[in-house]
Amino acid sequence: MPIEIKMPALSPTMEEGTLAKWVVKEGDAVSSGDVLAEIETDKATMEVESIDEGVVGKIVVAEGTENVKVGAVILQLLEDGEDASSLSATLEPASQPAKKPEPGPVHETAKPPVATKSNLPPETVLPTNVNMVELTVRDALRDAMAEEMRRDPTVFVMGEEVAEYQGAYKVTRGLLEEFGSKRVVDTPITEHGFAGIGVGAAFGGLKPIVEFMTFNFAMQAIDHIINSAAKTLYMSGGQMRCPIVFRGPNGAASRVGAQHSQDYSSWYAHVPGLKVVAPYDSADAKGLLKAAIRDPNPVVFLEHELLYGETFEVPDMDDFLIPIGKAKIRREGADVTIVAHSRMVGRSLEAAEILAAEGIDAEIIDLRTLRPLDTETVLQSVKKTNRIVCAEEGWGQHGVGAEISAVVIQEAFDYLDAPPARVHQLDVPLPYAANLEAMSLPGVDDVVRAAKQVCYKD
Amino acid sequence: MSKKSNQSRLYVPEPPFRPGDKPDYSHIKVPAEMTPPRPDPMCDAHETAAHALGLIRVLRLTGEKEGPWDPNINADTLRAGLRFMMINRAMDERMFNMQRQGKLSFYMKSTGEEAISVAMAMALNDNDMIFPTYRQVGILIARGCPMQDMMCQLLSNKGDALQGKSLPILFSFKDYGFFSVSGNLGTQLIQGVGWGMACAYKGTDDIASVITGEGATAEGDFHYALNFASTYRAPCIINVVNNQWAISSFQGIAAGEGETFAARGTGYGLATLRVDGNDFLAVYAAMQWAAERARRGGGATVIEHFTYRKEGHSTSDDPTKYRPKNDGEVWPFGDPIERLKAHLVKIKEWDDERDEALQKEIADYIRSSYKAAEKLGSMATESGIAPETMFEQVYETIPSHLEAQRAEFMIENARKVGEE
Repeated sequence: MPIEIKMPALSPTMEEGTLAKWVVKEGDAVSSGDVLAEIETDKATMEVESIDEGVVGKIVVAEGTENVKVGAVILQLLEDGEDASSLSATLEPASQPAKKPEPGPVHETAKPPVATKSNLPPETVLPTNVNMVELTVRDALRDAMAEEMRRDPTVFVMGEEVAEYQGAYKVTRGLLEEFGSKRVVDTPITEHGFAGIGVGAAFGGLKPIVEFMTFNFAMQAIDHIINSAAKTLYMSGGQMRCPIVFRGPNGAASRVGAQHSQDYSSWYAHVPGLKVVAPYDSADAKGLLKAAIRDPNPVVFLEHELLYGETFEVPDMDDFLIPIGKAKIRREGADVTIVAHSRMVGRSLEAAEILAAEGIDAEIIDLRTLRPLDTETVLQSVKKTNRIVCAEEGWGQHGVGAEISAVVIQEAFDYLDAPPARVHQLDVPLPYAANLEAMSLPGVDDVVRAAKQVCYKD
Repeated sequence: MSKKSNQSRLYVPEPPFRPGDKPDYSHIKVPAEMTPPRPDPMCDAHETAAHALGLIRVLRLTGEKEGPWDPNINADTLRAGLRFMMINRAMDERMFNMQRQGKLSFYMKSTGEEAISVAMAMALNDNDMIFPTYRQVGILIARGCPMQDMMCQLLSNKGDALQGKSLPILFSFKDYGFFSVSGNLGTQLIQGVGWGMACAYKGTDDIASVITGEGATAEGDFHYALNFASTYRAPCIINVVNNQWAISSFQGIAAGEGETFAARGTGYGLATLRVDGNDFLAVYAAMQWAAERARRGGGATVIEHFTYRKEGHSTSDDPTKYRPKNDGEVWPFGDPIERLKAHLVKIKEWDDERDEALQKEIADYIRSSYKAAEKLGSMATESGIAPETMFEQVYETIPSHLEAQRAEFMIENARKVGEE
């Protein structure tokens, strides 16, 4: 096969040019790098170099030809031992589309994409003799970190004020004392900086827990979280791994204003390569954080400042882990499914009590993980209740509720007795004044109203 | 508007020469003296403050070597360095031309900067992780990465270990201590410092060497990297390759014209060296010094490699539009390959005959590697990469929703292929 020299492109936007001059003629011997021709465009002139050594077999495009398409064969070069008979009489146009791919190796057993129960991580089954202890969410998170740090010397925690000050919200209380300053590391005030350090340390074989004082400040670090942590495994073809946990409070606290109150659930849940967890109670906070620390992928762990001080029961046992990717039915019910995560789970549970008094039996699903999303549990519930309300604290547009609603409409349309309803924050930056703040955020009443609406009971 | 009471005017820096000008770099002095001195690698960082303003050189333009920074490496090592640099240049030529022939979408040459990557790789240990930019393929060459493997990554074909998941020149070769090049400039500076801190945490003897062009020193990441490297005394080397040009922006745009890039480190309390980046021996010596300092617990060094980007930024760039055509030729620090060659000839360890033989050997190596690589596919043909692989390595194991998406995709793909 002779070597084909094609019309080169000077820039990605160049489509054609003029073959101004041939520097060689048929029969000339050329070696790699020799100039063969001069090409002109309206912008510049360039030389075409030979890419190999050989003998000029055939000049396909004559000198002076204008509008030669990029990629068109302009010359054929004969390699060692080839003679002119190997030159193709009729050249294929260079713009011919690439050969179609062979059929891929599809297994005959490939099934339609219906997730089966076996695909999901199993729910944690507690031993029958386990005691339950009361614990705040704050201490449950601390215990999770401490247990994993005892278990694995490559686990360490870093962030602003995590060591001496024991965390801006005291989540790292006692860790410095037990593990020392090399494993509980105070950092300079730069989220972008210490997120990058954490990502680099994870690449380097450690398992960092990066605490953000709030996820509002992690906006500065989002390039490391998304462009590096989430994508490097993929872009390196599986060579570079990033087992890291980014954790901290997310969403609205109390009267801290628009810049300190944003809910980033849907931002991170949008990104392949990340796992995103948003627990509600102490047991989930502990079991899921331990699972996140052990996970080989980057995990964004969204906590809630207003839940830190709340007390819930936690099983008193070693190695209490909750699988990432599995929602939990918090309350069984027959009339309407309410899907929530983080603090809205509590508000939905309160709403369920009010609804029960009015004769509406609500089923409450705590998503717990936002990516991968356990749509199966949601769909099964909707097929039973035929109604759904999606409740979240963040803004509605492109929110978690929007995603759940779309999945339900697509996969369980025929089961629905009412359009899905969404409960979310008003479409404004969170105002500061207490009354405005409270009215802007979704509350128990909003969930009740939405549930009654889908039950046609309002 | 109140009346101006001072003489200030908005100032926008301009490079000394634009197309049509006759470039004259006589204002950039090639220091005749082979100073500054070489302090102990564990010296106080302040002892290197003057080094950030000077220029470490070993090779004179005439080929002699002299001065306290001579790393005293043997002729075989020098010849190896020469060989790697020549391979780098030949590879660049070939791949640039193949881009013009439509075999890959994009390429970036290292021309004029080969000594920096090659001497860096040779002066460090193989276990030291380098966080490179897209202009240091010489590291892979010097560390023995097979040419065909590199070319397959460039061609995104079925020989590509990344299975077409990343673009040409953003190489990824963990086994050769070459971290995945990030398309977002600067991010790897701070990550490399984190890698170095992880080495120290684990108690290994390894260090990290991170690289940026002078343009991306304007990114916050550069300043975070210096700050963290200083705070935690991270075992790493922070390299600024000052090749004068960030696409069409001359180096004065990146940081003003008042201070060198090496001097950026001084304010952070880091050791600082500024080195003639076209001088193989000087780069080697500076890297050796900084590596010893990092390994012995002295912390990070900022090294500015002063060089010149002889070619366009990439295959998408035409530098004659913004700088004089012969700018690179009149650059006063010569060519790194020619300078090392001149030295080897001067010490009678090289001659025309050997040079010709090496040129031919390299040409054969590049040609045969390319041919073997292109047989496995290119942009002009079919990548040959199985489509279902694009679902892999998003996560360590494929989650169920992605497995379902893959199954759906495969059925649809098979249907489409069947129709055609």
